[in-house]
Amino acid sequence: MSARRSATLVAGLVLVGIVVLMALVSLVWLPYSLDDTTGGRLSAPSAEHLLGTDKLGRDLLSQLMVGARIALMVGAGSVAIAAVLGIAIGLIAALAAPWFDDAISAFIDVAIAFPVLLTAMLIVALQPPSLGSAILAIGLAMSAIVARVSRILAKRAVGSQYVIAARTSGTRTLGIIRRHLLPNMAPTLAVTLALQFGAAVLAEASLSYLGLGAPPPNASWGRLLQEAQGTVLTAPIGAIAPGIALVVLVLGVNFVADGLRDAVDPTRRGRRS
Amino acid sequence: MTEPLLSMNALSVRSGETVLVNATDLEVAAGERVGLIGESGSGKSLTSLAVTGLLPESLRASGSVRLAGVETVGADEQVLRPLRGPVAGVVFQEPLTALDPLMRVGRQIAEPIRRHLGLRGSVLDRAVSDALAEVRLDEQRFARAYPHELSGGQRQRVAIAIALAARPRLLIADEPTTALDVTVQSEVLDLLDRLVAERDMGLLFVSHDLAVVARMTDRVLVLQHGAVVEEGAVREMLRAPQHPYTAQLVAHARVLDAALDGASGPEGAR
Repeated sequence: MSARRSATLVAGLVLVGIVVLMALVSLVWLPYSLDDTTGGRLSAPSAEHLLGTDKLGRDLLSQLMVGARIALMVGAGSVAIAAVLGIAIGLIAALAAPWFDDAISAFIDVAIAFPVLLTAMLIVALQPPSLGSAILAIGLAMSAIVARVSRILAKRAVGSQYVIAARTSGTRTLGIIRRHLLPNMAPTLAVTLALQFGAAVLAEASLSYLGLGAPPPNASWGRLLQEAQGTVLTAPIGAIAPGIALVVLVLGVNFVADGLRDAVDPTRRGRRS
Repeated sequence: MTEPLLSMNALSVRSGETVLVNATDLEVAAGERVGLIGESGSGKSLTSLAVTGLLPESLRASGSVRLAGVETVGADEQVLRPLRGPVAGVVFQEPLTALDPLMRVGRQIAEPIRRHLGLRGSVLDRAVSDALAEVRLDEQRFARAYPHELSGGQRQRVAIAIALAARPRLLIADEPTTALDVTVQSEVLDLLDRLVAERDMGLLFVSHDLAVVARMTDRVLVLQHGAVVEEGAVREMLRAPQHPYTAQLVAHARVLDAALDGASGPEGAR
């Protein structure tokens, strides 16, 4: 890996690390409890409240720290669902008979055209809004995108000569999936999944904005943004802080993805770019 | 008389209505070397793919191909899998694409050895070094290398090592030297020649290059537009080609040879 590439990875890890650290600390210590409204409404940043307070007098830093936890859970949870489901569907489509592949592809196209928010509302209609249903909805919606990418990657690998060569030497389908398909899909998938991680965090922010995400008092960054909307001119920090937090996490994850691809893919190692 | 290693009877391959290979008969006895020659698009590669049941799904094969007595046309994977490796090994044209770019060479060779010979651990490691040594890649570093770290000739040696790993009785070589430059070609052909002789394997050698086929095989089938137009001993064919297409191939080879003889210095063949 070239110095520039590993610098990308390190920068990404630092950015993600900041958010992870915030989330971890929030588990054991918060400056103020989330329902503590003693700070006064919309007070400016001060020694007591490093980022000031919101319109109910709650400490913004404390909310931001809890939000970090939620953002990471949403990202990891929905990406995990999307990865398992999407990669499985993609592999099945790529290895199945052509008519079945066509059927799955059509289904994937419809699923991708279906907005994440609509899927989320349908799921929330079946059960009360909670962080879990938001993660499930985002994960399901994203699995269609992962399935499409996986299918294309798997199809390309299946048609490649090294897979034919592996079949010529008698390798079973499962062995081909494990040894040849998944490793060759991994570099591109890693990037896709990392991008989806960022998208999931943003999607949860939108869901919370609509009141379909994590219920209060657990403040997700999306809801912080929404609540700060009315006071953005008088107390801009309320919108700026969660906005920056979102950017730090999404950017960090993308950097990690970029660096990861090079670490995972030996053909890119030592390549000058 | 025992059944030949490979016997192909009226094999046809179609893509929809188009006939790509038309009623081809072919036999390779144990230890025999047979060449399949023709221009690109003549169906020679498809013929060799059909032997191990590796035709693309969009193509239909009919007729009969018996590999070590087992019918492979229309056979399902369970029937074909035991044949691939121990009965027939294949070396493909383009060594870079025939190797998994993300897997170390040693592992790619280890795979078929592990599966077909059931070796594990340090015995397996030794078998891999032996396999590499057999194709003259003696140094330890080769097992740890990725395909892109090797030269074209080295990659094709690796591909040969993989094809031979399960000790096949028939080696199918589909244009194995076409992607290589001339000096490397010659080394790889020498290597194949030696290994086929040492192990007394049958060889089905597919090429568009008459000189190469003549060097590697005893008997040749000439394919044109998916059909065999001439068949016979290499020597006979070079001396007195029957079919106009064969005559043309021979004439071309002659012209090329003459040009090379005129051009080459005292360096000569070794």
